[in-house]
Amino acid sequence: MKAKLKLTLFSAVAAGLVSVPSFAQSPAEKVYIPHGKYDEFYAFLSGGFDGQVNVYGLPSGRHLKTIPVFSAYPMNGYGYSEETKAMLMTSHGWIPWGDSHHPELSQTNGVPDGRWLFINENNTPRVARIDLKTFETTEILEIPFSGGNHASTFITPDSKYITAATRFSVPIPQKDVPIAEYKKYFKGTLTFIRADKPGKMDIAFQILVPGYDYDLAHCGKGPSYGWCFFTSYNTEQAHTLLEINASMKDKDYIAAVNWKRAEQCIAEGKYKEVKTKYAHNYRPPEGDRIARTEWKTSVKWIIPKECPGVMYYLPTPKSPHGVDVSPDGKYIIGGGKLATVIPIHSFEKMINAIKNKQFAGEVEGIPILKYEAVNHCEVPNPCLGPLHTEFDGKGRAYTSCFISSDVVIYDYKKCKVLDRVPTYYSVGHLMIPGGDSAKPWGKYLLPMNKITKDVFLPTGPELPHAAQLYDISGSKPQFLLDMTELGEPHYAQAIPASILMKKSLKIFELDKNTHPYATKSEEAAKVVRKGNEVHIYMTAIRSHFTPDNIEGVKVGDTVYFHVTNIEQDWDIPHGFAVLGANTSNLLIMPGETLTLKWTPKEPGVYPFYCTDFCSALHQEMQGYIRVSPKGANVPIKYGTGEEMHVVK
Amino acid sequence: MSWISRGLIALASIIMIGIYFKPLWEITLYAPQYKEGLKMIIWVNKITGGTPHDLRNINLLNHYVGMKKIDPNAIPELKILPVIFGFMIFLGFLTAATGNTKLLYAWAILIIIIGIASLADFWWWEYDYGHNLNPHAPIKIPGMAYQPPMFGCKNLLNFRACAFPSTGTYLLAVSGTLGVISAVIEFFRRRKTQ
Repeated sequence: MKAKLKLTLFSAVAAGLVSVPSFAQSPAEKVYIPHGKYDEFYAFLSGGFDGQVNVYGLPSGRHLKTIPVFSAYPMNGYGYSEETKAMLMTSHGWIPWGDSHHPELSQTNGVPDGRWLFINENNTPRVARIDLKTFETTEILEIPFSGGNHASTFITPDSKYITAATRFSVPIPQKDVPIAEYKKYFKGTLTFIRADKPGKMDIAFQILVPGYDYDLAHCGKGPSYGWCFFTSYNTEQAHTLLEINASMKDKDYIAAVNWKRAEQCIAEGKYKEVKTKYAHNYRPPEGDRIARTEWKTSVKWIIPKECPGVMYYLPTPKSPHGVDVSPDGKYIIGGGKLATVIPIHSFEKMINAIKNKQFAGEVEGIPILKYEAVNHCEVPNPCLGPLHTEFDGKGRAYTSCFISSDVVIYDYKKCKVLDRVPTYYSVGHLMIPGGDSAKPWGKYLLPMNKITKDVFLPTGPELPHAAQLYDISGSKPQFLLDMTELGEPHYAQAIPASILMKKSLKIFELDKNTHPYATKSEEAAKVVRKGNEVHIYMTAIRSHFTPDNIEGVKVGDTVYFHVTNIEQDWDIPHGFAVLGANTSNLLIMPGETLTLKWTPKEPGVYPFYCTDFCSALHQEMQGYIRVSPKGANVPIKYGTGEEMHVVK
Repeated sequence: MSWISRGLIALASIIMIGIYFKPLWEITLYAPQYKEGLKMIIWVNKITGGTPHDLRNINLLNHYVGMKKIDPNAIPELKILPVIFGFMIFLGFLTAATGNTKLLYAWAILIIIIGIASLADFWWWEYDYGHNLNPHAPIKIPGMAYQPPMFGCKNLLNFRACAFPSTGTYLLAVSGTLGVISAVIEFFRRRKTQ
């Protein structure tokens, strides 16, 4: 009897154990979004050398949108239309390309709030603001005295500042010097940009620092609010063959910057105003929506020696890349890309070390703290090539390991490795939604890889970069999905769709369009000659342009098509293209006015048409513009339908 | 007139005031790409959309089949109806105040006539919009008219058009019924006393 009971009990437990896994969802089920349902998260992946931000749904991995930021984008005319081309203006002239690296969502109380997305541009140092009501770039600020804007854009928990720091030290200000005299002339800058005022992004101050390479950053929160941390490498100050010459030292530094102290120094006048020239480009999100460039002429420099307490160096092994602050703000994890351990610094220890003056030396007035005095622990034998760390909000840290192609998962307080998952291959950054904020949504992990041999269908010598999605909500990470990526994503941010969807804009109100060339009704459409400029005030609505016949343009004229989409219906943009246009097409949203500049070279009759399939009669949405020879006396004539207006 | 009849006609007039604040009829157009529906709301003195731009978008879609533009300013009923109902409300209160039975009978007969006439006019208006098509319309389907239903739903090409009376019409119905009941009560009371 007793044996029978035991057997029954045993069978029940065994049956339970066998059936539990079968109740769990398969990866395919977890990433499948049924028709009409939305993804849970929006993920914003930087495009790297494509200069853009690419938006994906998670967990499906579906590409939703590409947001042009630093690169001209023919799909919608960004950078080509008269309303957007000022966005790409810099002190080096108009630049249609950028290298975008680190997106960062705006935060309130350390939590992503869905107002804006910021992103840096490395090559021609710039930062941008994207308005998440429309997923459009509305502001770009150039960073002077920077040789490459890499440690950017990392945000303070109140969105007051975003960071920018030069990756490459250069002569500051620039001058003609022998490269071999690097140590004598080359400097770095750490920049703090005021970010919480849309349209008024501005450099609050720059800190002039030793000529190292500054790599990445993260700002403190909670107890470490008021501080930001920047990694540096090449403290050897090599200027050639850095792969050897910048990998000599056992420890480089994490620069701990007390920006509250910096604010004090600015208030006390302990700074130097320096003349320079840099661009601030702003496109108002409503009104005329015409981007403008404002030239700024000076920045405030803080010299650490003259502002004691503004900055300390934390020795960190070895050539650190990423620096990440735990959600509680107490720990600072460095990713020493050549290190065999993962060093975790304690913010509390750092403050004590500063108080007790536990210094190991000083560079240019910046105290170097003793490693042992600030280090909380070293995670032993984690992996090879640790780079970046994100957090799941449940006490676990996830560090990407480039060389060993895996992600190591550990308890950062206890300094104990818990698990690891493979990546395919050579992982750079990794992302957990909210994973660098005070409150991560620790459901998914997305490592982003540089090499994808044997994962995807080959496409010649170049294969796509890729990301892998893991479900980390359970006790064991579960591999869900391979995602191809556009460009070379360096970092990503993600936020619940529910936060963004509430803010989404459906149309631009035509009544509020204050563009000087807006045409709000077909009756108001007209063609105006001003010297050798011809301004066409045109409307687009399903399924015609007004006017759709234009005459009186001559070779040598500059023609401006100011096209207003007078639709007020969601998801009805109209396109505009004209034969021989040497810029791009336009994609005009309902209620918006965009302008295409066109310079006809030869007499003839040129067709123009709508490029976005708008309605059943989209194919009929077309017109003609007649170009006469120079000096011809054809009057300006325009119209749609029977009546043609003649301008004498 | 008894105090009950006077009370009822007064109440009928008070309820009738509600039609200046509530819509009379709603026509909604659904299509695969308009799941949320494009809505046209008819009031006693105006026509509005479910969103500020619905009317504009309905007109935009209607132009493909050659329907006339719905321009609230060009519909005379929207100017006449508020006056008519204003008069009825005034007449109702006057009846209640004076207790004049003849006025009450007049009110009851008038409201019946107005009700029937309004519905007939509405039907003609819909008929005109649905049948009076531009001969140069891009989409022409032989024998096809686009008259929306007055009550219920109907498929018109890719749209499902649904029309239902709204709060204002129900208020009007209640008001009219109360007035007519009042008149009937008076009528029978009179016969009894004679």
